[in-house]
Amino acid sequence: MTVRVLLFASWADALGARSVDLDLAADATAADVLAALSERAGGAALPRPALAVNRAIVPGSTRIASGDEIALIPPVAGG
Amino acid sequence: MRAAIVVRPIDCSALLAEVAATSNGATVLFTGSVRASSDGRAVSGIDYDAYEAMAREELTRIVREAVERFATSHVVAEHRTGALSLGEISVAIAVGHPHRGLAFEAARYVIEEIKLRLPVWKQELFTDGTRTWVDARLDTRTPVR
Repeated sequence: MTVRVLLFASWADALGARSVDLDLAADATAADVLAALSERAGGAALPRPALAVNRAIVPGSTRIASGDEIALIPPVAGG
Repeated sequence: MRAAIVVRPIDCSALLAEVAATSNGATVLFTGSVRASSDGRAVSGIDYDAYEAMAREELTRIVREAVERFATSHVVAEHRTGALSLGEISVAIAVGHPHRGLAFEAARYVIEEIKLRLPVWKQELFTDGTRTWVDARLDTRTPVR
């Protein structure tokens, strides 16, 4: 399946886009998404992100489903 | 209660008016603003990025928690995004409460939870022309493994 991952802050800068499309296996997990994106970032020194699925942070074991809203969440720095 | 992610400047007077009630003996306004220096370096402004859909939901949750914990429905919070200049307000929280103690506590709760949980990022622009994403690495967040 193909999923779109939203990117923010340092990760958006490093990958030069606000989102990327990934081809994933049907049984892909959040950890697989993070691994695929780390590979795309190459050797760039980036803060370790979390993954949000449908606007909630999830553990790496979470299964990704087609149509999920997926976002890479670098360490937050609001306020 | 109300929570919003905004692009426009934050109007603190409007926030104060929103939490005004004759039942309140205390009103607290907290604002966070763009500071001229960071770790000894001169700052010219901050660009805020946000995952707006999630930030709106999370800020609403935080405000609702404050309403429940501190027993007042008069809590309003706004976080601004985009390019901000020195001195501009990036976040504002207004709390109206019958008593000052819980008014202060509720405002403190909201800003601390914003710092921990809101999917918002800031990039500091320095007067020497360089820019850096602030890495407020938080060990309270469980990383994805």
